[in-house]
Amino acid sequence: MDTFPGYERADGTVGIRNHVAIVPSVSCANGVVANIAKAVPEAIPLFHGNGCGRGGIDVEVHNRTLQNICKNPNIAAVLIVGLGCEFVSAEGMSMVSSFAGRPQAKLMIQEEGGSRETEKKGIEIVRGFLEDVKKLEPKQFPMEKLIIGLECGGSDAFSGVTANPAVGVASDWFVDAGATVILTETTEMIGTSHILEKRAADPETAEKIKAIIAKTEQKTHEVLGPLAKVVIAPGNMDGGLSSIQEKALGCIIKAGTRAIQQVVDYAEVPAKKGVVVMDGPGYDTESMTGLAAGGAQIILFTTGRGNPIGFPVVPVVKIASNSRLYKNMPDDMDVNAGEILEGKSLEQKGNEIRDLILRVANGDQTCAEQNGQNGIMCVYTQTTAF
Amino acid sequence: MKPNAIIIHEKDNVAVVLEDIQQEQPVIIENREAFETISDISYSHKVLLEDVGSGGDIVKYGEVIGQATGELKKGEWIHTHNMNVIEES
Repeated sequence: MDTFPGYERADGTVGIRNHVAIVPSVSCANGVVANIAKAVPEAIPLFHGNGCGRGGIDVEVHNRTLQNICKNPNIAAVLIVGLGCEFVSAEGMSMVSSFAGRPQAKLMIQEEGGSRETEKKGIEIVRGFLEDVKKLEPKQFPMEKLIIGLECGGSDAFSGVTANPAVGVASDWFVDAGATVILTETTEMIGTSHILEKRAADPETAEKIKAIIAKTEQKTHEVLGPLAKVVIAPGNMDGGLSSIQEKALGCIIKAGTRAIQQVVDYAEVPAKKGVVVMDGPGYDTESMTGLAAGGAQIILFTTGRGNPIGFPVVPVVKIASNSRLYKNMPDDMDVNAGEILEGKSLEQKGNEIRDLILRVANGDQTCAEQNGQNGIMCVYTQTTAF
Repeated sequence: MKPNAIIIHEKDNVAVVLEDIQQEQPVIIENREAFETISDISYSHKVLLEDVGSGGDIVKYGEVIGQATGELKKGEWIHTHNMNVIEES
């Protein structure tokens, strides 16, 4: 049986990293989070990309995202820093991480006597957490405990020929070994509804696939009008793609060829193993935030134009679709799928990606981790700010 | 010789060419017999791997991506000029 080394959490999940995280419940707390992290560099700050005045569906989405981020398996202990008057409840984040059995603490800037006092207390708490989590020893776990998030950003004409199909080979291997892969970016599924519906494990899942793709397509047209085509088919048809469907097939191939077991909402943790579809936007940072909240311990990120971004607490593996990019941004790219254009088979490259994932699970740092490309949490936001 | 085209899925009847290939030049695919192109094909575009009758399926990623609009021959460039594409919207 295939296994990977990880840190067991009280809720039964397994981290491939053992981070102490500092999570703000609103961007107003970012400064305090930054200063705590500066004093304790081993801790990982997650900066907040939004203000707090949300309404409608976003209240639920923002709360779910921040709560679930706090219990990402790679987080061993978490300090939540709130302001005191924000919409997203720091209390809710604290409760969810507590239910998940994470050592956690919550500080509210308005209650602690301001930013300096909050920082002082935060530094002490985080140092204590770091001492505690160092005592945890990694053990071997079955692949059922591994969730791999999939993302493509800055695609080119070869993304759907090299990087994405090679990731698909690795996805099939991990799904067959018992792991979960999450395919997201609903915008990029437009045109393939009938194909994905056929791949659904049951009729209910097929219905959900149909519903999320139809909703996204409708919304794209409502909001963007004639510009919708640009968003649906970036890179257009000059690269030899004859239809939106063909372009989308090149995106969804990342998830391989196995049956789709479940459709989850943005930032929702899957209940099923195997291929899972997460309804979510195509933009890179929003998408990765949803995957991390969904419990992904690792993200595979294919790119043709090159994007250095990582995600705090989750190792992001960059797979270049062409050798020009790999040579142009050598410090940011982990895998050169451009070698497929030079004679390497998809199988060989897929196996190389699989082996790299296993090494990253074993502690090898990705380029984005080495570069401190931690980025911020960009929560998917659908309504206006108030 | 180094391959200049790639088949993504075993069910596919098109390959993606990896560099510009001129008319009547060889298409080289791993573990396959080489054949010649009928037309010029730009890199990242599709080349047909077998003869397909009018209305026949064009398959890429293991899925039907369109139907031939006429009698198509092995080695032909496949794009919107000779394939009816499926658009859901």
